[in-house]
Amino acid sequence: MELKDKLISSFLAFEEGLEPDKSVDAIRNQAIKDFENIGFPNKKDEDWKYTSLNAVLKHDYSVFPKKEDAIEYRDIKKYLIHDIDTYDLVFIDGIYSSHLSQTTHDKIDVCLMSSALTKDKYRPVIDNYFNKIAPKSGLNSLNTAFAKEGAFIHVHKNKLADKPIQIINFATGNESSLLLQPRNLVVVDENSHVQIIERHQSLTDHPVLTNSVTEIFADRRAIVDYYKIQNDKASASLIDNTFIEQKDESNVSVHTFSFGGKLTRNNLNFYQRGERIDSTLKGVTIIEGKQHVDHNTLVHHIEPNCESHQDYKGIFGDSSTGVFNGKVLVEKEAQKTNAYQSNNNILADDKATINSKPQLEIFADDVACSHGCTIGQLDEEALFYLQSRGIPRKEARGLMMYAFANNVLESVKIPEVKKRINKLIASKLEVELGFNL
Amino acid sequence: MLKIKNLHASIEDKEILKGINLEINPGEVHAIMGPNGSGKSTLSSVIAGKEEFEMTEGEMIFEGADLREMDPEERAHKGIFLSFQYPVEIPGVSVTNFIKTAINAQRKAQGKEDMPANEMLKMIREKSEMLEIDRKFLSRSLNQGFSGGEKKRNEIFQMAVLDPKLSILDETDSGLDIDALKVVANGVNKLRREDNAVLLITHYQRLLDYIVPDVVHVMVDGKIVKSGGKELAHELEERGYDWVTPEKTV
Repeated sequence: MELKDKLISSFLAFEEGLEPDKSVDAIRNQAIKDFENIGFPNKKDEDWKYTSLNAVLKHDYSVFPKKEDAIEYRDIKKYLIHDIDTYDLVFIDGIYSSHLSQTTHDKIDVCLMSSALTKDKYRPVIDNYFNKIAPKSGLNSLNTAFAKEGAFIHVHKNKLADKPIQIINFATGNESSLLLQPRNLVVVDENSHVQIIERHQSLTDHPVLTNSVTEIFADRRAIVDYYKIQNDKASASLIDNTFIEQKDESNVSVHTFSFGGKLTRNNLNFYQRGERIDSTLKGVTIIEGKQHVDHNTLVHHIEPNCESHQDYKGIFGDSSTGVFNGKVLVEKEAQKTNAYQSNNNILADDKATINSKPQLEIFADDVACSHGCTIGQLDEEALFYLQSRGIPRKEARGLMMYAFANNVLESVKIPEVKKRINKLIASKLEVELGFNL
Repeated sequence: MLKIKNLHASIEDKEILKGINLEINPGEVHAIMGPNGSGKSTLSSVIAGKEEFEMTEGEMIFEGADLREMDPEERAHKGIFLSFQYPVEIPGVSVTNFIKTAINAQRKAQGKEDMPANEMLKMIREKSEMLEIDRKFLSRSLNQGFSGGEKKRNEIFQMAVLDPKLSILDETDSGLDIDALKVVANGVNKLRREDNAVLLITHYQRLLDYIVPDVVHVMVDGKIVKSGGKELAHELEERGYDWVTPEKTV
């Protein structure tokens, strides 16, 4: 059976296992119908021209994983940012692991989507925000239909999350192949601040496909810093769908670090519904082998006096492929918009490919929008400089690539995250640096 | 130390060096002067091993070894150092980390273990004090946002740390004000020993007031047309290059 048919027929069984809830049930029912109509994206869709899901959709994924309890903290410590105190939401094969997590309801709610969807206390938040900005699409609708578990984060008005929150989804080898569909909701009220680190990590060599949807709402003057660490095994693929709505004077940044996985697609959309909003989208991609990473971004400037900053860097080795498709849409009303986009790539091998497609659609006349895209090799003069200091050419290349990628990290606000990413970049590029010196 | 005989070199089939002869002995300071486009910087790049130049004729022997077949890093391991006219910026790599990488690469090539961290720090501290380099400077990204003077001083700092046998200073004086020039020249003078040598590439005589050469060569159109003592530099300053130019086309 095709995966699509299998998923549709699994939906009834899935629904029966849930506590009945009229409003969310209606959303799910509509979503499965939408998925049935739309299906998975294919290369005929303009947004999927350079990314084919065929290879990852051919597996017979399990949709209802068994509970796996054998994971201990020592097994997963290395995947956590463990040298600082954090709230942790750990999911194993899509199921919440209480003994590996640390939740809170003090000033902020850091808890489970499954509770939020079923408990009356969270009802107003769910009614206001759940599935409100994720646009109808095959993948979003599929996730919505099966939405059950994930992170629910609500930072109340004038509160500062006192420590960062980590959301980590592990896949174990319990099933021969596994489809995971985490669903996250982040609501940050007025004048509040939160930092979130998200990771998807497979612990098995069996195929894993994650189709994740995250909705983030930043109210007036809210600050949200979101870090996505994508360094998964070669058997794991990720489709990350993240949608962000911002109100007046809010400031949201998303950093995406893509170093691993078989196929990674990041759909990252910002909707600016207010004035004096700041949106930052940054990414570093370093891949090799036959890996594929696709960044598909949208910044929708709807109202005046807002800014957006996009800076994506990619290093592609072997026969890896990259895609950057960055759309900036400036509505007629969005005067005085300042939108900046930059995509720089290094092809480290002859067989590596990057497809870079900046799209600017500007309907306002008083704006400052810029975009730049480069694809190139390393600067020979710089390599000669390093070699003349006695650094062998291979290491010199690594050092240059490290320097190329590294400056995206300047805007990372959690020092431990910055340090970890620095180390990941250095080890990816086989650069030895004395970080403690 | 360095023996160059009848060196010819080209870039994309255009001959730049047209038969250079040069011999530098330990303890000596040589200066090469010449008008723009005479091939001075090309000569320094060719000695350091820049690949885009093709050596078409002649020989370059450094301490008995043929340089022709060596990569730039191998030449560096042998003790050749080139101070760049335009040092390259490397964001995200601190001066200290860069020096550590360079030193350990050299040691590895010599079959030695990495230098212990405390020894490295001590050495870096000593040399930075010698060149009056601020400690904060060491944690900045290499050459990024450095002023012209800071870049050149950083080049001499690397020279001090790597302790080469032959240092080639390519237009190290360009873009420096007189105070920065004095600091850089002082640094070079402090590093002079009986067993090392310096090759200065310069357009102007003023650097040679501070680093006094044993031999001055005049290079015109890819050839050394005249060699002499330090007084030759003064003569060039006063009279320009025309009088040494052999066959000036009118």
